[in-house]
Amino acid sequence: MKYINKGDKPTKTGFGEGLAKAGEKHSNLICLGTDITSSVGMNYFSEKFPERFFSLGIAEQNAIGVAAGFALAGKIPVFSTYGVFAAMRVTDQVRVSVCYNNLHVVIGGAHAGISVGPDGATHQALEDIAVMRVLPNMTVLSPCDATQTKVATIAAIEKVKGPVYVRFGREAVPDFTDPNQEFEIGKGQLLKDGNDISIISTGHLTWEALHAAYQLEKEGISARVINIHTIKPIDEHIIVKAARETHAVITAEEHQVNGGFGSAVAEVVVRNFPVPMDFIGMNDSFGESGEPEELMQKYGMTAASVIEKVKKILSL
Amino acid sequence: MQKYNSEKLKAISDNIRIDIIKSLSEAGSGHTGGSLGITDIFTVLYFNVLNHDPGNPEWEDRDRVILSIGHVAPVLYSTLAHAGYFPKEELKTLRKLGSRLQGHPGKEHGLSGIELSAGSLGQGLSVSVGLAISAKMDNKNHRVYSIHGDGELQEGAIWEAAMSAAHYRLDNLTAVIDRNCVQIDGKTSDVMELEPLADKWKSFGWNVIECNGHDHAELIKAFKDAKTFKDKPSVIIAKTIMGKGVKEIEDNYRWHGKAPNKEEAERFIKQILKK
Ligand SMILES: [Mg+2]
Repeated sequence: MKYINKGDKPTKTGFGEGLAKAGEKHSNLICLGTDITSSVGMNYFSEKFPERFFSLGIAEQNAIGVAAGFALAGKIPVFSTYGVFAAMRVTDQVRVSVCYNNLHVVIGGAHAGISVGPDGATHQALEDIAVMRVLPNMTVLSPCDATQTKVATIAAIEKVKGPVYVRFGREAVPDFTDPNQEFEIGKGQLLKDGNDISIISTGHLTWEALHAAYQLEKEGISARVINIHTIKPIDEHIIVKAARETHAVITAEEHQVNGGFGSAVAEVVVRNFPVPMDFIGMNDSFGESGEPEELMQKYGMTAASVIEKVKKILSL
Repeated sequence: MQKYNSEKLKAISDNIRIDIIKSLSEAGSGHTGGSLGITDIFTVLYFNVLNHDPGNPEWEDRDRVILSIGHVAPVLYSTLAHAGYFPKEELKTLRKLGSRLQGHPGKEHGLSGIELSAGSLGQGLSVSVGLAISAKMDNKNHRVYSIHGDGELQEGAIWEAAMSAAHYRLDNLTAVIDRNCVQIDGKTSDVMELEPLADKWKSFGWNVIECNGHDHAELIKAFKDAKTFKDKPSVIIAKTIMGKGVKEIEDNYRWHGKAPNKEEAERFIKQILKK
């Protein structure tokens, strides 16, 4: 396989590094903490720029409103907490104070996915993509490794004009993308070409998708792998091209299948070039405690589950 | 903008009330009681207290008014029109398709003078806190005025925001509570008791000022006291009467979310002029 893991690294570290880097250039960058500052990677910023970090206690509904106030005043506020809270405890505040006002607030959704592990269902954000992508004006980013999360975070600060949600996880995962990559909002990435099927993935599962594709290659199945780091606005062109050229699509996300990333891809496919599709992700259930790899296996979000689905869809 | 004395403010309040009634009656729906009840507070703010320039609504050093209770949009619109932000003629378009005067304030429709699109209760104070911290960071002298209903104080997020305003010693922030003691389902004391309200704010670290929300001179003094108080945010608990100015609907919570028909509107306007 063409991609090399430079060493496992949590995507939240990429988020923190991105904040620290962007903080040097943007004196109006502000970070808001809600008692889990280090846990979401924001300590990289707060230690470097303590005068631009504001602790708001365990009070997320207030924090997101305060962020809206900062944005109205011309600052670039970053509010980050676990994805379950960032996307769902404060959904109405995000909808009205942030999105309806179209304010440039950067929302960091940490601990995304089931790979949060032992903490169990309450802390595993598996619905945040669906909730965030349905809000008008919102941009949704879901980078695939720590390096990409760093550039995605900087892009969220520098290139997005309105509200933006950046999704990342806690578990150390393979870090394989190019440190010099350009992060283009709304652009999908062709990671591996193929003609028989397209595996379109986001977040942690892109590494699994690549593994699956290279394994399938050995078995004579040519699978295309596309990484979508911007779920909204989604890259329709790369998706339609994939459907047109490979005639089958599988999506992969560490998130509920209902209404999530796969649904976003399906919306593009059915409007433009309907082909058989299947979805890797959580199937309408809560997670549970366990080691990350055990959970990924149990809930079918590994390279092996991708291979299984590919074979199933191709035998149709 | 010119600052008017309390004599002149009374006449301005009457005119703002009349236009609220006219616009609501044209619209056929909307919140009459609350809008009329908070009119004197708006008049004092926009015609005496605020540093603002209707000709330059984006002026960087203007005082900010965050209307958390978006449902009293008619009083905001009528006040802004009277202050010269846009032609009074446009008040007739309230709540109509294509209007800049949305049922609840919506900035994206382009009406000048609106600081925040709002209408979901309990959110405005947090936004005001962000604005106030920001002003302090930038050593700006403008103030932030956050307008709230009393029923709205039942939202928990208000108290999260109250805690944070005291934590950051936001003496550039003044919250105003429209204390009319009623909400949609009835008396606040029946729906969910708010008393002892002043003690609640005090215990959250705020400077509390109580006043008659229909007495222009008292309101002017309350805003002045809030402005000069140091190290704590101030809250003005303004005692008001829902529907103030129109005797037949005063203190009647049934008029919270109802608009007058043509006949009622004419009658209401006469009552305002008679007094
Ligand atoms: Mg009330």
